[in-house]
Amino acid sequence: MLGDIGVVFGRYLRATLRSKTNLFFGMLQPLLFLALFGPLLTRLDLGTAGSSWQTFVPGVLVQLALLGGSFVGLGILMDRNLGVVDRMRATPVGPVALLLGRTLRDVVQLVAQSVLLVLLALAFGFRAPVAGVLAGLAFVAVLSMALAALSYGLAMNVRTSPEFAAVTNTAVMPLMLASGLLLPMSLAPGWLDGMSRAVPFRYTVDAVREVFLGHYANGTVAAGAAVTAGLAALCLVAAARLFRRAVSL
Amino acid sequence: MNDDVIKVRGLTRTFRLRSGPVHAVRGIDLSVPEGEILGLLGPNGAGKTTTLRMLATLLPPTGGRAEIAGHDLRRDPAGVRRRIGYVAQSGGLDPSCPVREELVTQGRLHRLPRGEARARAAELAAALDLTGLLDRPTAALSGGQRRRVEIALGLVNRPAVLFLDEPTTGLDPGARAEMWDLVRRARADFGTTVVLTTHYLDEADALADRIVVVDAGAVVEEGTPADLKARHGGGSLQDAFLAITGRSVPDTAPVAV
Repeated sequence: MLGDIGVVFGRYLRATLRSKTNLFFGMLQPLLFLALFGPLLTRLDLGTAGSSWQTFVPGVLVQLALLGGSFVGLGILMDRNLGVVDRMRATPVGPVALLLGRTLRDVVQLVAQSVLLVLLALAFGFRAPVAGVLAGLAFVAVLSMALAALSYGLAMNVRTSPEFAAVTNTAVMPLMLASGLLLPMSLAPGWLDGMSRAVPFRYTVDAVREVFLGHYANGTVAAGAAVTAGLAALCLVAAARLFRRAVSL
Repeated sequence: MNDDVIKVRGLTRTFRLRSGPVHAVRGIDLSVPEGEILGLLGPNGAGKTTTLRMLATLLPPTGGRAEIAGHDLRRDPAGVRRRIGYVAQSGGLDPSCPVREELVTQGRLHRLPRGEARARAAELAAALDLTGLLDRPTAALSGGQRRRVEIALGLVNRPAVLFLDEPTTGLDPGARAEMWDLVRRARADFGTTVVLTTHYLDEADALADRIVVVDAGAVVEEGTPADLKARHGGGSLQDAFLAITGRSVPDTAPVAV
């Protein structure tokens, strides 16, 4: 099983490295947010500790995981239409290995892109302890895994790319806005703040903000870790089921 | 007991659509001895592709049983997958992936160790005249070359049974003849049993040891090409096809079910 996952992972990692344009465009949106939106916040009081970059950069990283992870299903839809998925399904490699191998590639890609974003943010004036950045990247990795796996599970159960894009867009936009990624929910009116507590990504981003400040042992980080890990477990189980349902005998 | 490498009994598949059930396959029986090249011949929508996808473990049957290379289709699909090669109508090539990498990865998916997968890729490339193309992305190949790569992918695990879904659709006459030759060679060199679907009568005539005519999801006739011609007026296979299915020869654009 691990060997199978490794083979699938290797194949898709090489595919990613071949398409350098994709790598770049995947990063473009968070990069633009960082460069063109981030500077608007530097003189505002966000009601959080540290500079506005301390609040904003974690949001951009979680946004990258959210957008980058959710839309990976488009890739498997393309593979499905080309017959690549069927060709791989007709080998002894099981559906879960096909799912996890691809997902692992996405995690590696999104974490690599996150590292680049953090380095760029340093130039803008963002500062964080190395341990904090590593912890933040771990949150990004787990969240990416959850969303990428779910995205594949969904993509295997819809008919067309437009259908997939419609479902995913509809789900992702409100979740992104209601989780306080771009601006912290400390600015929000009570009802929005309350609503955002139902969105798991809020806990992830709050925790990343804490670890970037060098605070590791507090309730916010614990809640973020628990919610993110729980979400990942749920998404992986759901994804494996969705994938199997579409795939196997 | 017999030494049939494929045994199919009462295989059915019903698709439940919003517009109502579609009985794509209504109870197919097949027995294929080892080393045979069997042609599944039928008009568009006859259920050929659906049957092949079921036998290749890609689509669960609604009913019936099948045993392929000694493995039960329902109880041991993984065992079936180890022993078969499957080449879909759509081919299944990643346009940006180089030929060598597709071949080596496919070997690895069949759990060959890395060195062996590389050796197998080189060996198949030599046998299928692909050696000069190994470093090209598959998008940069001609239709006939792409087909050869797809067949090579299907042979990576030295399968007991190779399923080919419309292997020559869209190829020019030269590439078609080449493909026929290649299928015969796979049988001669590896003893591979080949099940292919086609709606080209000349293809069935030239390539298949035995033809099974499928229409509306059921087997309506079977025999060697010569048998069918003799049984249905002694003319061409086209006359036989017309007599069996009661309709004209299908047009060339295939529709997958």
